[in-house]
Amino acid sequence: MSEAVLKELVASPETPGTRHFPPFEPTDQLEAEASRRIAQFPDEHKRSAVLPILHFIQHRHGFLSADAIQWTADRLGIEPVKVLEVVTFYPGFRQSAPGKFHIRVCRTLSCAMGGSYELMDRLCEITGIGRESLDPHHHPIAVSPCGTWSVEFAECLASCGTAPVCLVNDDFHEGVDAGKAKQLLDQYSNA
Amino acid sequence: MPEKQSNSSINTPMPEMSDIQYLEGRQPDARERRMIFRNIDRVGWNPSIDRYLEDGGYEQLRKAMDMEPKVITEEVKKSGLRGRGGAGFPTGVKWGFIPPNNTKPVYLICNADESEPGTFKDRYILHQDPHQLIEGMVISAYAVGAHVAYIYIREEFPEAARTLEKAIAEAKEKNFVGRKVLGSDFDLEIYVHRGAAAYICGEETGLIESLEGKRAYPRIKPPYFPAALGLYMCPTIVNNVESLCHVKHIIQMGGDEYAKIGVPRNTGTRILCVSGDVKKPGYFEVEVGKLTMRELLYDVCGGPKDGREFKAVIPGGSSSKILRCDETFTLKGQGPDGSDKQLTFWDIPLDFDSLAACGSMAGSGGVIVMDDSRKMSWVLNNINQFYAHESCGQCTPCREGSTWMRKISDRLVAGQASPEDIATLESVAYQIDGKTICAFGEASSWPVEAIIAKYREELLAETDPANAEAPRNAEAEAQRRYLQKA
Repeated sequence: MSEAVLKELVASPETPGTRHFPPFEPTDQLEAEASRRIAQFPDEHKRSAVLPILHFIQHRHGFLSADAIQWTADRLGIEPVKVLEVVTFYPGFRQSAPGKFHIRVCRTLSCAMGGSYELMDRLCEITGIGRESLDPHHHPIAVSPCGTWSVEFAECLASCGTAPVCLVNDDFHEGVDAGKAKQLLDQYSNA
Repeated sequence: MPEKQSNSSINTPMPEMSDIQYLEGRQPDARERRMIFRNIDRVGWNPSIDRYLEDGGYEQLRKAMDMEPKVITEEVKKSGLRGRGGAGFPTGVKWGFIPPNNTKPVYLICNADESEPGTFKDRYILHQDPHQLIEGMVISAYAVGAHVAYIYIREEFPEAARTLEKAIAEAKEKNFVGRKVLGSDFDLEIYVHRGAAAYICGEETGLIESLEGKRAYPRIKPPYFPAALGLYMCPTIVNNVESLCHVKHIIQMGGDEYAKIGVPRNTGTRILCVSGDVKKPGYFEVEVGKLTMRELLYDVCGGPKDGREFKAVIPGGSSSKILRCDETFTLKGQGPDGSDKQLTFWDIPLDFDSLAACGSMAGSGGVIVMDDSRKMSWVLNNINQFYAHESCGQCTPCREGSTWMRKISDRLVAGQASPEDIATLESVAYQIDGKTICAFGEASSWPVEAIIAKYREELLAETDPANAEAPRNAEAEAQRRYLQKA
């Protein structure tokens, strides 16, 4: 793989959301969390801790930068590409900043029947996010110009009986039809 | 089976089902039999260990710890419990696959990566009743000789992951988990491990790869079961959340008693998750095989929405083949005198074997209902988008095929498809089916095969021969040229 292609793969383009997240830096808490997670696996299988460490970093820094990938690789004693391949494989990991509030709307059958596409349209309309910027593979993540909001379609959030549903950061919301979009956003913008 | 419940040392006996109050509007249907879901939506219930103990919690663990591990496995075999994750494989038999002369560590993994579209049962157990799962896991780990267990939970359940971490800490404090469980020589650590939003992690070997810190590429079979070679190439048992919860109840009742629930070969209770176009969607725990489609959709779920009629049902998660509500099935040799038996859609009993005999499957229990307002092309396209997004990309037929199926159905819903596209779509599906490392290939192609087989006329009516001559987008034009050359 050429140097340029690799650089592009780890590049984290700036988004309006970047300003809401502190840039990556190794902290004592991160070190403590990494040690705790590594201890959950046999000594020779430290690599197993890659997902929990990446989750911890993404939760604080919004996304996984090249520095974060390098740090994780060093901490686990593996090649950085082994971390990068994990980051690019799992839809739950991001390489650029989302909005301060990241909204994941369930797109799958039961929610779609319950009106999740209409909900997404309405959310985009209110937050000023271009609906066309959402591609079928759910990335890049669409961030509002103010950086407060980002939206993404998620695949089945496993609450089909209360469709349509969505996640806002870690909060789960059910029965959110398009008519409730404004109310949903207000809960956060007024917070 | 050892002692009955009345002889065991229960301090605070579990209340009778009839004494339990449920939240307003969330009362179970009269046809339900709540075992796994007895505490879901219960008035005064919370996920703390104190509340669980007040209700006879961890008594089955005490009982199990006085039994030989082999005896527990035998009880689970006798119970006839079949895995609730989708494949319906007998749980006790799976446990029995650990090599008898094994000297490596054994791992137990709870598959909490609930992500089959239409399925939403584990969510409620994980959020509301975590100790039921932990008790089931400790008993199971003791039975299979595992000293480390992982709960692989999907990333989209952040709150449940925290609830579980807290519950495990509580259980450790009371010595139900940790060193020398309840004063015995048995040690067990349980860790919560979050996935990262990849559906393929529900496939047990993909899950194991993910737990090893890699991309979740399912492993080549054989070996068919991780019980032989699993996590770190050690014997590993992977069980669904609901299956592990059932283990606790099998210990309580005894395998033979448990096997009396449901119907032969399809024992126990099952949580059916109904969503889509019904008046009353939701979760219903029923004895396996005791309800028919008609009873589920009309009596339990209140029938179709006003002014609508039922059109089609996906009976066991989106991977299972769709059934038309006006279908009749011929079951070979199942009549009273060995003759063929005719069965209408409405009379299908909801069990593993009956649904398989009707050409579909009970899968994960996710029943998705569509009424006559739904176009099958739209349903097909929604499903195709899911599988195109979730293919792990390891096998060419699936990686390329799932994307092509999505592209063709995209054209269909946009009114840009030609009649030949339906045949092309069908042929792509059959080129995936059976040609991939894991069952995702079938999961992605079965819905397409079934929808085309059963709704061909409806799909064809949305096509136009003119689209073949004058493709309306660049992709279709490229494909037309390619096919002409071929």
